[in-house]
Amino acid sequence: MLSIRNLNVKYGQIHALHGISLEVETGRVVAVVGANGAGKTTLMMTLAGLLSPAGGEILFEGTALPKEAYKILGRGICLVPERRRLYANLTVRENLLMGAYLRKDKAGIAADLERMYDLFPIMRERIKQYAGTLSGGEQQMVAIARGLMSRPKLLLLDEPSLGLAPLMVQFMFKTIREINAEGVTVLLAEQNAFQALDMADDAFVLETGRVLVSGSGKELLENPLVRKAYLGVKH
Amino acid sequence: MTQYLSGILSLGLIYVIATVGLAVFTGFTGLFSLGHAAFFAIGAYTAAILTYFYGVNFYLALAAAGVMSGLVGFLIGYPTLKAKLRTDYFAIATLGFGEATRVLLENLSITQGARGLPGITNYTTLPVIIVIAALVIWVAWNFVHSRHGRAAIAIREDFVAAEMMGVNIFIGRLRSLIFSAACGGIAGGLFAHYFCFIQPSMFTAYMSTQLTAAVVAGGMGSISGPVMAALIFIGVPELLRVANIWRLVAYGLLLVLIMIFRPQGLLGYREISLSGIRDFFARFRKGARS
Ligand SMILES: Nc1ncnc2c1ncn2[C@@H]1O[C@H](COP(=O)(O)OP(=O)(O)O)[C@@H](O)[C@H]1O
Ligand SMILES: [Mg+2]
Repeated sequence: MLSIRNLNVKYGQIHALHGISLEVETGRVVAVVGANGAGKTTLMMTLAGLLSPAGGEILFEGTALPKEAYKILGRGICLVPERRRLYANLTVRENLLMGAYLRKDKAGIAADLERMYDLFPIMRERIKQYAGTLSGGEQQMVAIARGLMSRPKLLLLDEPSLGLAPLMVQFMFKTIREINAEGVTVLLAEQNAFQALDMADDAFVLETGRVLVSGSGKELLENPLVRKAYLGVKH
Repeated sequence: MTQYLSGILSLGLIYVIATVGLAVFTGFTGLFSLGHAAFFAIGAYTAAILTYFYGVNFYLALAAAGVMSGLVGFLIGYPTLKAKLRTDYFAIATLGFGEATRVLLENLSITQGARGLPGITNYTTLPVIIVIAALVIWVAWNFVHSRHGRAAIAIREDFVAAEMMGVNIFIGRLRSLIFSAACGGIAGGLFAHYFCFIQPSMFTAYMSTQLTAAVVAGGMGSISGPVMAALIFIGVPELLRVANIWRLVAYGLLLVLIMIFRPQGLLGYREISLSGIRDFFARFRKGARS
């Protein structure tokens, strides 16, 4: 579905991604794990069209990814950004409607709102509440729901577990699985390597802007290099 | 006396029209314009020249004033918003635009330079102003509660996150600016046919500041707040005109009081609503009982 070849991204002099290549196959949950500063967010922002690559190739469903963010969204890629970035002075419902900004099918939008409230029942009680007043976990739910409102084929999730309580993290990962089961391909960036690898079909370990190893989630969980560096297991 | 009060109300409502326009822009996109008096001036001159020299129907002239200011808003907004100037640089650019417009009006022959245009027919009456103000508020209200309004707020709150959801930031900001400029133009056209005399020195940075102050004091992201603030800002100094020089002190004091007690503005990010008023009185009564 998505194939990235030799992707380079720079912030001025800072070379954040050094020739990354990775594949995301349709229908899977793919995790990109790595420490803080590894380049996960840079990768996600580039895929969403918010940063432009300095070199390399990104193909989505066989054709080159457009440059403009709104065209990328139109092609079916939506980013749920790190730290949620909700519109604090819009209500929960208005935030979700912003997710459907490019859609014109009123009936479909209304039906999808209902689906979101079913996915996250807590949100139904918060429809009219301003997003800035929600707890971290609730904000993450709204951020994911806002992303889903665009009806993406590929959902990019940047650190959905960041700053959440352990139970909430579990709930989030479970929900990501449910979303995937409904046919949305997921590319997930996480520092929380253990849980991300545990639930992912495929995974890539990123280190200072390079892909260190890749494989199935389970394989990487067993990989001694990964265990040592990311899972805190001593040998 | 009633004439005096209706005069204040007329002037207040003309300012309300311009302020609502600016509220849609500044309050909902977060960009500050310090040159909005220019749109007011362009509207005033467009309408006045049309009725005065060409005998055009007043309402057509008003519409032309809105279109002309909107067009100039587009011409100013296109390069500055396309360049995604930082908000402070954008404010400075509009400040320059405001001054440049005034200098231009002072030097054109059709505007009769600094002498201004005397003897404009008095077409603007209180009922006309009330109807137009209501219309402008209604349109502004629907605009900010539409999908476009939500997009403008999203840009203000987090423009990267707005872009993520497919909002074209440039178009979103430009649309708000054009609407805002057109409101300023209509207010200017009403103003010209209310005072029956206009000259460039009426449309200074002081007027721009007054409009921005009304939006900020009324509350960013609100329509009803700035409407109230515009009425207060015009009404209070006018009612205090007897107090002569002290009225400017009172005006300053009013601003300081708002800054201290309502730093978010009278109604920051909120609107007056019936349920809100009910809640307020409910709390008030409870407070009085306990
Ligand atoms: N806006 C920026 N300007 C300059 N350097 C940046 C910027 N954002 C990130 N970087 C740098 O790029 C590298 C990758 O960062 P990032 O993609 O945020 O990593 P991660 O999301 O994996 O923590 C880091 O070295 C970081 O310092
Ligand atoms: Mg990151």
